[in-house]
Amino acid sequence: MIPAAFDYVRASSAEEAIALLGQHGDEAKLLAGGHSLVPLMKLRLAQPSVLVDIGRVNDLSYVRDAGDHIAIGALTRHMDVENSPVLAEHVPLLAHAASHVGDPQVRHRGTIGGSLAHADPASDLPATTLALGATYVAQGPNGTREIAAADFYQGYLTSTLEADELLTEIRVPKMNGAGWSFQKFNRRAQDWAIVGVAAWRRGTESGVGLVNMGSVPVLAGAVSAAIASGADVADAAALAADDADPQADLNASVEYRQHLARVLTGRALSAASA
Amino acid sequence: MEITVTINGTAHTADVEPRTLLVQFIRENVGLTGTNIGCDTSSCGACSIHLDGEAAKSCTILAVQADGAAVTTIEGMAAADGTLHPMQAAFMENHGLQCGYCTPGMVMAATSLLAENPSPTEEEVRIGLEGNLCRCTGYHNIVKAVMACAES
Repeated sequence: MIPAAFDYVRASSAEEAIALLGQHGDEAKLLAGGHSLVPLMKLRLAQPSVLVDIGRVNDLSYVRDAGDHIAIGALTRHMDVENSPVLAEHVPLLAHAASHVGDPQVRHRGTIGGSLAHADPASDLPATTLALGATYVAQGPNGTREIAAADFYQGYLTSTLEADELLTEIRVPKMNGAGWSFQKFNRRAQDWAIVGVAAWRRGTESGVGLVNMGSVPVLAGAVSAAIASGADVADAAALAADDADPQADLNASVEYRQHLARVLTGRALSAASA
Repeated sequence: MEITVTINGTAHTADVEPRTLLVQFIRENVGLTGTNIGCDTSSCGACSIHLDGEAAKSCTILAVQADGAAVTTIEGMAAADGTLHPMQAAFMENHGLQCGYCTPGMVMAATSLLAENPSPTEEEVRIGLEGNLCRCTGYHNIVKAVMACAES
């Protein structure tokens, strides 16, 4: 399968990429690792007329300790998130979730910013960063703005990013010793999650993100509210599907997804509470 | 667009359409057909090559993205005199292949795995090869081959 024809331009900096996006308008798409976009283009589900390749903008690949949070460059590859000692110490849930993305070949190429900007509710990292209360930084022609993960996802494969904006950094609060767990339920290795759960807990504080439980990644607010008010794990996990509007597909019915969300949330919170 | 990709140590320059996939470039422009196209959707791993030393799926990379990079394909694994790479020899000795279609990708993924984790457990090998499918389901001997190569 070969993508439809397109023009290809290479940006050497974030500013140049934004200028190129401005020049080419809605028809342009950013290309980072290409592991979400190229498959869509091969299936002709996406047919951008211009690709702006930012894969060589090396200064957007980093993991830095920024005091109360960890700053991750948008072009940091999954493999580098997975193996980052800084993340292992301060945000182990994210490093672990990154190790579940695709397979080693995919993780050598795909980037965290690309995965988040693609806004696929079945991907592991949108729900994980949502659970962790991350903030995304977008750069556009008029400067940068911060977008809470909770405000970023608008619909299936749709985010609040403007056509001339580039995701540059992901800021993830340090977990400060919170317990955590990532539960991914699928039928075959390397598949997307049929349902996944990313959860952390520190006393009565918690965050629970649901993978593939609707058109956007879902924050299970009812679960965290129950934990905050002293509910035990079983009672809190029973509320896991309350904030979600899952779809049926080849892999699972709506009811099965809701069941999985409750069971996996229970397992995740039990592990995070241990 | 004119690109130059170094494949198995030799620089190849060609004028390609931006939509040319790296696997197409390797097979059709350069004529190295050891890298197979299987699922064509980045699931099966038959097209795995090393891109700057790390395993990657060449059906999901545009050739223009590899401009200036160094690629190793299965043809670049054996020594110039034909001596097999230790991983190839281990596959042969352990019956790590049946129909052989997944084998080039398996060898490339397995060598990349050992470069990152030289002494993996059997479970780590199985997880590390999750991106490569063998439709003969010959996984047991593939894992045996990788373990034997790691131990040798």
